[in-house]
Amino acid sequence: MNPVAFVMAVAYITATAAIFNGFLTTFAQAKIACAAIDGIARQPEARGPITTAMFASLAMAETAGIYGLVVAIIILFPNPILNNFIQYLA
Amino acid sequence: MINFDINTHWVINIGSFELWITDTTLALGGIMLVLIAFAIVVRIKLRKFQEVPTGFQNFIELAVETFENFVAGSAGAKLSWVGGWFFTVFSFLLISNMSGVIWFVRPPTADWTVPLGLALVSILLMQAVGIWYRRGEYFKKFLKPFFLFLPINILGELSRPISLSFRLFGNVLGGMILVSLVYALTPTVVAMFLPVVLHAYFDVISGALQAFVFTVLSLTYLGLATSED
Repeated sequence: MNPVAFVMAVAYITATAAIFNGFLTTFAQAKIACAAIDGIARQPEARGPITTAMFASLAMAETAGIYGLVVAIIILFPNPILNNFIQYLA
Repeated sequence: MINFDINTHWVINIGSFELWITDTTLALGGIMLVLIAFAIVVRIKLRKFQEVPTGFQNFIELAVETFENFVAGSAGAKLSWVGGWFFTVFSFLLISNMSGVIWFVRPPTADWTVPLGLALVSILLMQAVGIWYRRGEYFKKFLKPFFLFLPINILGELSRPISLSFRLFGNVLGGMILVSLVYALTPTVVAMFLPVVLHAYFDVISGALQAFVFTVLSLTYLGLATSED
């Protein structure tokens, strides 16, 4: 097998795995939205503060997913693993 | 081949110092020109403002008042003086996140340096405001719940600008990559209609949401730093 192709395949699989933490992030965000909707249903007059707090918490929960996305983008496009490997071969 | 890189157009040599003029610099300059021009127009119109607002004056007063109430609500009434800075940050982020709808502009927030700079300013402002309002009391929060938590608390403080900037950067860059992949991978007929929907979501809705989130989180940090407990 071509070693460069192997390293590239590993990089692509790793990027996919990094994207997969969006899975749990989505569950967390669903839970936050669920709690916020519960709160609004119980106290409709508190809609404004609850919505603001919900967006802030959603952004907090989104951080993990964004980290995964950034890691995947770094693995796919600047690809430090492949560059190191090519330097090692040369 | 699709290219997501930040292109460098010119390199200006000032002594031993290199000034790179990239896509980001040009887009930043354009956005600043738009914002400054708008501010000058508002300043000229301000002379003719009347007691009872109409039309354009109505819009300006609504925007400023809404934002002032919002700052007082999320950071506390004693911090309402930071409203001017965060209104600037919010309008800048709003325009720069939405600038991706213009096909030749690479959104400046899709370059990590721009969100990092804004996040560092927010965090430095937070520390300064915390020390200014609470003096020695402020440093006690690093020793909570007891003194062994000092390194963990310091790490938590250091991770704030990183998470604040990566949130904005990742959202804008992800949207940009997705839209350009759709442009590159679909046939011309589809590429005329589908990206409109994607631009509407990733640039306009998500961009406005991320600008709002950045402002809310910075203001919440400021409010937390100045609160008593």
